[in-house]
Amino acid sequence: MTAMDHADYPQDTNLDDAELSRRLTRLWASPKGLIGFFSTTDHKVVGRRYIVTAFVFLVLAGLNAVVMRLQLAQPDNDLVGPKLYNELFTVHGTTMMFLFAVPVMEAVAVYLVPLMVGTRNIAFPRLNAFSYWLYVAGGAMLWIAFLVGAAPDKGWFSYAPLSETQYSPGKGVDIWAQMITFTEVSALAVSVEIICTVFKQRAPGMSLDRIPIFVWAMLATSFMVLFALPAIMLASTGLILDRLVNTHFFDTLGGDALLWQHLFWFFGHPEVYLVFLPATGMVSAIIAPFARRPIFGYLAIVLSIIGNAVLSFGLWVHHMFATGLPELGASFFTASSMVIGITSGIQIFCWIATLWGGRPVFKTPLLFVLGFIVIFVIGGLSGLMIASVPLDTQVHDTYFIVAHFHYVLIGGGVFPLLGAIYYWFPKITGRMMSETIGRWHFWLAFIGMNLAFFPMHLLGLWGMPRRVYSYPADMGWGTTNLIVTIGAAIFAVSFLVFFWNALVSLRSGRLAGPNPWGAGTLEWAMSSPPPPYNFLRQPFVTSREPLWTEPGVLPVAEGLRVDRRELILSSVVDGDPIQIESSPEPSIWPFLAAIATTVFFIGSIFTPWAVVWGTPPIAVTLIGWFWPKGSKEEVD
Amino acid sequence: MSLGKPCGATPRVAIDVSALPTYSFAHRSLMWWGTLGFVSIETAGFGLAIATYLYFAQKAQTWPPDSPPPDLLPGTVLTVLLLLSLIPNQLIKGWARAEDVIKTRIGLVIMCIAGILPLIVRVFEFMALNVRWDTDAYGSIVWLLLGLHTTHLVTDVIDTIVLTALMFTRHGYEGRRFSDVYDNASYWDFVVVSWLPVYFILYWFPRLVS
Repeated sequence: MTAMDHADYPQDTNLDDAELSRRLTRLWASPKGLIGFFSTTDHKVVGRRYIVTAFVFLVLAGLNAVVMRLQLAQPDNDLVGPKLYNELFTVHGTTMMFLFAVPVMEAVAVYLVPLMVGTRNIAFPRLNAFSYWLYVAGGAMLWIAFLVGAAPDKGWFSYAPLSETQYSPGKGVDIWAQMITFTEVSALAVSVEIICTVFKQRAPGMSLDRIPIFVWAMLATSFMVLFALPAIMLASTGLILDRLVNTHFFDTLGGDALLWQHLFWFFGHPEVYLVFLPATGMVSAIIAPFARRPIFGYLAIVLSIIGNAVLSFGLWVHHMFATGLPELGASFFTASSMVIGITSGIQIFCWIATLWGGRPVFKTPLLFVLGFIVIFVIGGLSGLMIASVPLDTQVHDTYFIVAHFHYVLIGGGVFPLLGAIYYWFPKITGRMMSETIGRWHFWLAFIGMNLAFFPMHLLGLWGMPRRVYSYPADMGWGTTNLIVTIGAAIFAVSFLVFFWNALVSLRSGRLAGPNPWGAGTLEWAMSSPPPPYNFLRQPFVTSREPLWTEPGVLPVAEGLRVDRRELILSSVVDGDPIQIESSPEPSIWPFLAAIATTVFFIGSIFTPWAVVWGTPPIAVTLIGWFWPKGSKEEVD
Repeated sequence: MSLGKPCGATPRVAIDVSALPTYSFAHRSLMWWGTLGFVSIETAGFGLAIATYLYFAQKAQTWPPDSPPPDLLPGTVLTVLLLLSLIPNQLIKGWARAEDVIKTRIGLVIMCIAGILPLIVRVFEFMALNVRWDTDAYGSIVWLLLGLHTTHLVTDVIDTIVLTALMFTRHGYEGRRFSDVYDNASYWDFVVVSWLPVYFILYWFPRLVS
């Protein structure tokens, strides 16, 4: 087909704004009705569902934590027994890591990355819908199992050989392992979409050095996912096979339990950075507009992000210092654990410099960013302490570790995320969140978090072990544990305040307008919430902050058809426009494929024959998905 | 008003893209990058599975522990078949780029056969492993490696068959279908290339270390 043919179709070229908007809305709007609900391929709709679902899992896992803290509030308490307590911390950790922390970051990216790079939809939008349904199915499976009393209870890392059939009869561990498969397939799919969106769908003119830092962070994160998640999929597959068909990967009959730890932490350490890197991207995105100046040290920050992504693969053994590794190995991993402090430190200095050289406006999003810096630095310092083998051996499996990783994950993940919600809520909903309630939320969260987790350092140093459901009164830990529980309660209340703020603001918050913070990146270029087609005319980018460069004017590209979904593909490095790509229409097939995959995954917990009867339906739904239906999108 | 209009900003037309092509090949196309993404994931999977094999080997007193190494014949026949399949696979890439419908159709039929033959040999390969998956850790990882590669083989053969059927319908004349054929051929390259280290590890590594 030649370019002449494309020019023969109706295009946006000479249409006025109102007419163009009318046509594009008809073209890009999600279908209505029940089938339409399950068919949408709009990255904003899927992204919104992803974010809300992830927060539902946050609430559920938070409730686990509340029950655990009530149990530990006083010595010799009998609110819950040891079995339920084991299930509580297992489901809490598993949900927080696999169903909240990583998915919520990808969810925000699914919503924002296409807007920030100036395109009309994510790459492979049907795969995106498929990944969401798989994620929901995996999370639902774990929680239904928990509610009917079949939950896993071996911790969020299910160490072998404890997790082998011999010591863990029942289906709890299998459900845990298969939940991994669900969420990892989903995360891998999203990562490929994000890489392709960033590499190929950037607005014309957006060369690599003009990519917003949040997008860089998500690109680096997505690459990490590609290489980290196969390790946990291999591990969980081996575990399921051990339990289902008597293989010997990790058992005591010729397998190797330490191999489980290697594979788990080869994934598990990068996993921490899958949460932290997006969070740093959010921080950079928030700091610039609130400091009223471009970010200081763009190149240094981008290189630090990439450095962190690479270095995070060289740290996994520091989770295994207590396993008796050769000394040289331990020294190497101690050194690499300290090196990553440098790349993280560079970013923190760049943020401070940005604030220093700007005129900071202390609104709620910035408060959460400042809270992040304080909490994360404390978590980073305790991290440097336990990077040293002798100290780590002492505090291993104590509350010192619990304190450390909650500082890192809440400080380095949740606080930036909450700041990001305050920051982008107006874009997603069209309304501002309440600033007054937001300040209450911040201070309750900041005080509650520190009150809950700082005393845990002391409990750990005093020798209180992790994962015990109770402790005797004469250990003298009662008062401190009560303080921790009060802190946890305040932290929980802060989330109630947050959800109340979100709900009230959704109904009656002040109207936001396109760019309430006066930010410079492309997601603020259209009305809030964005129309189904994102950009009325495709932006043409000439600088890092397109909305700050030439106020009142936005250079655009034209020549896209208005009778089928089209977007522009650009070259990887320079962002030169090279092709017009038709973007897939809504389809029910990804949802059906997700159901077929769910049946296969759950079936294979119970019988290896699921491979035989479970795969043909998947093949059928995939063929249905990819077989052309003769729509305009499929014709050249 | 939800016009998607830049915040009070007036759009100024900078470029016209209407003359750009609506499909392209290899690294210019979106699907090629998506395929590369999944190839990266699977490469990591193969790499970690091979690392697991070597981890077990390094821990064991003798390797393989209690079984003879797999018989060479079926695995070697399969390797030769896969390497030979690269010839039509390279030809079909050229035919797809030239958008030659007839040659592409013939090439796809050949590639279907070139995919089904190794699958038949693969059955004999499993039977010649000389160890069961539940014998010991060696048996487990050998079956996992071969199973992992078989999954790729089966997936791409089904994909090729569906694509072949598609190319014999009216949809076969669309430009993007030729790009699909090109990407499918690129994926087959990966299926063949990823087999070579697995073949070496399964068949030659135990013979070299013993």
